[in-house]
Amino acid sequence: MHDSSLTPVHAHQGEGHAAHNPALLHHFATEEQQRDSASLGMWVFLATEVMFFGGLFCAYLIYRRWYFGDFAAASKSIDMKMGAINTAVLICSSLTVVLAIWGAQTARKGLLIVMLILTMIFGVVFLGIKSVEYHDKFVEHHVPGASFSFDHEPIPGHPGEYANPRHAQMFFSLYFVMTGLHALHMIIGLGIFTWLLIMAWKGRFTPEWHTPVEIGGLYWHFVDIVWIYLFPLLYLIDRHP
Amino acid sequence: MPTAIPQSAERENYLNKEYGVWSWLLTTDHKRIALLYLLSITFFFFIGGFFALLIRLELLTPAGDLVQADTYNKLFTQHGMIMVFFFLIPSIPAVLGNFLVPMMIGAKDLAFPRINLLSWYLYIIGGMLMLHCMLTGGVDTGWTFYAPFSTTFTNTNIVEAGIGIFIAGFSSILTGLNFVVTIHRMRAPGMTWPRLPLFIWAHYATSIIQLLGTPVIAVTIVLVAAERALHLGIFDPKLGGDPLLFQHLFWFYSHPAVYIMILPAMGVITEIIACFSRKRIFGYSFVAFSSIAIAVFGFLVWAHHMFVAGISVYSALVFSFLSYAVALPSAIKVFNWTATLYKGSIHYDAPMLYAFGFLGLFTIGGLTGLFLAALGIDVHVTDTYFVVAHFHYIMVGGAVMGYLGGMHFWWPKISGRLYPEGWARLAALIVFIGFNLTFFPQFVLGYMGMPRRYYDYSHMPEFQILNVLSTAGATVLGVGYLLPMVYFLWSMRYGKPASDNPWNAAGLEWKTASPPPTFNFDEEPVVTWEAYNYEELDAPHHKEVPVAR
Amino acid sequence: MSAHESTKSPLKGYFAVWIALLIGTGITVWAATLDLAPYNAAVALGIATVKATLVVLFFMHVYHASEKLTKLVVIAAIFFLMLLLGLTMADYATRLWS
Repeated sequence: MHDSSLTPVHAHQGEGHAAHNPALLHHFATEEQQRDSASLGMWVFLATEVMFFGGLFCAYLIYRRWYFGDFAAASKSIDMKMGAINTAVLICSSLTVVLAIWGAQTARKGLLIVMLILTMIFGVVFLGIKSVEYHDKFVEHHVPGASFSFDHEPIPGHPGEYANPRHAQMFFSLYFVMTGLHALHMIIGLGIFTWLLIMAWKGRFTPEWHTPVEIGGLYWHFVDIVWIYLFPLLYLIDRHP
Repeated sequence: MPTAIPQSAERENYLNKEYGVWSWLLTTDHKRIALLYLLSITFFFFIGGFFALLIRLELLTPAGDLVQADTYNKLFTQHGMIMVFFFLIPSIPAVLGNFLVPMMIGAKDLAFPRINLLSWYLYIIGGMLMLHCMLTGGVDTGWTFYAPFSTTFTNTNIVEAGIGIFIAGFSSILTGLNFVVTIHRMRAPGMTWPRLPLFIWAHYATSIIQLLGTPVIAVTIVLVAAERALHLGIFDPKLGGDPLLFQHLFWFYSHPAVYIMILPAMGVITEIIACFSRKRIFGYSFVAFSSIAIAVFGFLVWAHHMFVAGISVYSALVFSFLSYAVALPSAIKVFNWTATLYKGSIHYDAPMLYAFGFLGLFTIGGLTGLFLAALGIDVHVTDTYFVVAHFHYIMVGGAVMGYLGGMHFWWPKISGRLYPEGWARLAALIVFIGFNLTFFPQFVLGYMGMPRRYYDYSHMPEFQILNVLSTAGATVLGVGYLLPMVYFLWSMRYGKPASDNPWNAAGLEWKTASPPPTFNFDEEPVVTWEAYNYEELDAPHHKEVPVAR
Repeated sequence: MSAHESTKSPLKGYFAVWIALLIGTGITVWAATLDLAPYNAAVALGIATVKATLVVLFFMHVYHASEKLTKLVVIAAIFFLMLLLGLTMADYATRLWS
């Protein structure tokens, strides 16, 4: 890019420079400083994401406390099996991420690429199951809006009592916003990993420099952690048989 | 008076290194990006000021006779949104912070120069959305866009305004991220934490707030947009939603946001007071840690904006107590600045005039905050002009004066020119007088019961005289703001060229040329001295160019 | 992050954490079907927290290879999240007291 000063002239990797690693940007003194900066930058960014999702968790916890029975009824109507499978899928994807990083650390380019691809496959599977769930909700008229209906659904543990459809709609509003934003972050993660895959394919990563894989991995793990909390909160309010 | 030296051939610096629009629009040089921000925030300042002018014109008379009620709602809404999100929050960090943070720590640039440029573009995109929204009908929800008015009942395009603010918020987050990583990772050898200028500590604390607070208003905006556009009614009472939840989430950010606005100004004032008293800041560690304390405590007090909204009395008690506590670190700073002045060798250059103004006006603003923190008084004055006066004392009397003081102090470094000192002192005086004339009457008005956000006060025509004074003051204030715009521009062509260190000030930024070279320093500095080494700088045998009197 | 310090292969650890996470998920689902009265939520969130901790410490390398600053960032994020949740819920929890 056109630039007056700090163009990373040597950013075109693979052109090789006798003096230093081609990936070192000019405003950094050492590669270690650059790597540590990128890492700290990603951790700090993840802290902002904690607060972003935190606002949603705050809203959710307050209304769950107010409308526990109605939320429990609504929660029972979403598919726990699919939620559990998705949780396992993301856990497996986190494993493939750390294996990818290990592949980069140990110069195993083949392993790195395979693990990146597997991670993305898991991500796509997650989104696929999510879309099936969303479709189910649409068909059952559980999507908030004009056509929402949640009549005559029993409140778990309170025979004879039925959920207030308006409060159930609140549950689904939160469900769609929280899982929707989570899915959006997954999609962004897939974009990041596509880029990582391309870079890995071109042989850009070495044991000395594979920072993008590390910080991409950090992002992916964070998205996994958000789901680790979403699953019990949304799917498992009251699953007593 | 600052020193000037004749410049023979023009040395290469960040301004003349490359010419052409693209060399500016695609720059990653933090100093150029700072100037891009300077132009943009000045532009938005004028827009916000234009709305203020219309508000004050309307309030000259008790009747609502200049604009309609709906229009007036839009005026104060847009004045607030523009000034808060597009002027005050970026101002010092994006202009002075971007320019100075790398230089003060001895680095070549920020940690992430390209993200810095992205930050500016996000700010511009957000600003353009906001502008478009205003030009196509505007928003009338108040800058606080409370639910359920904003989610259900308003006919204006709050979604577009919200998206504009969301994007600008992302800009703010990225700036904070850049500063935190830079300050941790890019300090020059020998620049240990206790040697950092307090300007850096202030910006570090500000960045913490930007990082941890902004995401919450971001998600709140998402929820408002979701409610309006997708009917996902999180705050909708029809679904059992709680409008107060909106307020909790909104103020969780918007209270710490006011510390985003004031902390950088405090950092500027600290540098100015040290330089123009020729003394080390009294109580360096107290000032440094009080910045961090303000950042943390600032997150504990948000519900003091909700005392009469319906929160529980016990919650109100706790937040009232915490709101008193948050005043302590600010008070510590005021004591330390005052102690620095004591037995200092005071120089009354323009930056110092702004600093003196800050000291008085920030103190008044801060103390009136304590009035508001007291539940009993708050019930009486909430949603009146008392609150309006309080926050303008801090944001204008405090933050804007800090910004102007900083612009004057570092202008020689930024532009390589000296501004005309006589005009600058006059402008500072006009700003001070205009400010007090505008806003002091508002304390009285509020205490007497004039509600805020009303365009018609004909039920209490005795409010008029104070409103007229306030509008007169606003006119004077406007003149005071225009003057620096004129003479700063004038100085770029006709101002005396500045030496490296015209103020003989402490700090690494003064050890390089004015304007600096693109990479800031010809050689990486190695720091072996403490911050604010004014004794050394003023010692008779000291070789550096002395401050001329 | 700096290059891996230990000479041991980390693979065993990764697989162990992976299994633990999957088992944790299973336990969470099973526990949700039990009637633990008021403690269902606490159990579910507790297990989730254990899982998240494992991911942070071992998959995100905070335990072995990170500096104090990383841990400080993690703690700060959790702290401010707790502030948001705690102080907000304190209002809701005490509204009916009077």
